[in-house]
Amino acid sequence: MSKVGIIGVGQSKFVRTYPGSVRELAFEGFKEAMQDAQIGVDAIDATVVCSAPEYDKQRSPAGVIAEYLGLNPQPTFYAESLCASSSTGLKLAYSLVKSGLHDVVMVLGFQIMSQLSSAESQERMGRGADIQWESPFGTMMPAYYAMHAQAHMAKYGTTLEDLAAVRVKAATYGPLNEKGVFRKQITMEQFEETEGFVGGPVASPLRGGDCCANADGSSCIIVASEDKAKALSSKPIWIKGLGSASAPVNMAGRDQLHGLAVAQQSAQQAYKMAGVTAQDIDVAEVHDCFTIAEIMAYENLGFAKPGEGAALIRSKETYKEGRIPVNVDGGLLSKGHPIGATGGSQIRTVVLQLRGEAGEIQVKDPAIGLVHNIGGVGLYGHVTILGRD
Amino acid sequence: MAKKEIDARFNKFGTVSFTDVTRVNDFIDYLEQGKLMGARCKTCGVKFFPPRADCYHSLDSDMEWFEVTGAGKLVSYSALKYAPSGFKADLPYTIALVDFGDFKVFGRIDGSVPSDALKVDMNMKAVVTETKNGQLTYTFQKA
Ligand SMILES: [Zn+2]
Repeated sequence: MSKVGIIGVGQSKFVRTYPGSVRELAFEGFKEAMQDAQIGVDAIDATVVCSAPEYDKQRSPAGVIAEYLGLNPQPTFYAESLCASSSTGLKLAYSLVKSGLHDVVMVLGFQIMSQLSSAESQERMGRGADIQWESPFGTMMPAYYAMHAQAHMAKYGTTLEDLAAVRVKAATYGPLNEKGVFRKQITMEQFEETEGFVGGPVASPLRGGDCCANADGSSCIIVASEDKAKALSSKPIWIKGLGSASAPVNMAGRDQLHGLAVAQQSAQQAYKMAGVTAQDIDVAEVHDCFTIAEIMAYENLGFAKPGEGAALIRSKETYKEGRIPVNVDGGLLSKGHPIGATGGSQIRTVVLQLRGEAGEIQVKDPAIGLVHNIGGVGLYGHVTILGRD
Repeated sequence: MAKKEIDARFNKFGTVSFTDVTRVNDFIDYLEQGKLMGARCKTCGVKFFPPRADCYHSLDSDMEWFEVTGAGKLVSYSALKYAPSGFKADLPYTIALVDFGDFKVFGRIDGSVPSDALKVDMNMKAVVTETKNGQLTYTFQKA
């Protein structure tokens, strides 16, 4: 069986407001990945452009981005699965390469969110849920995840302090990530200040510090066939496992709210394809759009038994020095969450870790890494396993 | 030339409806009569909430309405401090999911129920009511 490798990774800085247009933002991630791969545009056979629609005015962004990046006349495709768009893009790129249709495929994820007010962007995000039967109640992303937190707390006794501990960890690494949007430390004491940005209520039981920040950003991953990867790169990282799943969009269709079925199902597929188990994972990036999402991810990925996710963060086993380091780049909570770019940024972090190029956040000698990327509220799930060999 | 009549009854659902036209528009007529209804497939008997026009089991579109009655269990809830565009005037409000056994219902907790009185697994019933801006909706009250 021939392998599929990653030969270049890049991302823009994730910022509150990008002072430029969508195509210019896309160029930033693209440039870093091209320099990383040390190839020119002629080496790219196709592009998959990934974002969530309606945050900016450009329709069909693949066309304008392919032109700006000098990727005509190669085919370009557009992939969308809300916050998991660029993991969907990676899966498509893998399939295009594995099928032999193309040898080298670029996955370009981006999002500009700053053109909208916070309430407007909550309305857009809310419309990523069931617009006919849920949105008329005034739903928004934090409230959906808050319902998961409430259910997790009721079933397993998880506490507000457990949730806050996830944010404290993310904010430990935020200052080390020069690409991140939130570079400050956060303390447990800040969660006690109910008038403050961190401790103030958003959607019970979630507080400001439990939520990731909107950001503008782009990411770029270059995928190649085994032959091309070996020919073009001295340090390819291999895609060992891919899992994906979907769930009913309406919460009424869900069996449980204390976990995400799509994450569990995607993980099982990815572990099976890679021939590994949760115990083999040396470093992971999980979709911590909210603190509760990271605790559910621990359990859904098998890093902790059901109900023991909170114990894992309490014991600090997911810090850089711990048994299973998770989101040591700051995660979505501190690095920021420019929807369509997020999955590619998670892949980039794990690739750098596996190459031993992660700098201050480098974990000790990892061989196998995992990326967990969720679209909507557990609507689309992707788990990707990467390895050095 | 006379304009073609559009059956946009569904735009009466909720504070802001994002849907005008649907083949389950009769849902709105039932709300007007004070009844919250789901749909049951006449061919295979499966109950659907939210109601739907088509059944993916039997591939039939022969549905009958059933009323959501009795008590369900509160699966989870969240009280919002911020709201998306169009919903600010409703704040504060609490969204919730209630499990009626054969199906679950997503909606809001009734304004008369204080949030500190809520507990996962408590019994709740669905009641048809109006929103602050005079639209049709349903809420959950203690059962
Ligand atoms: Zn049927």
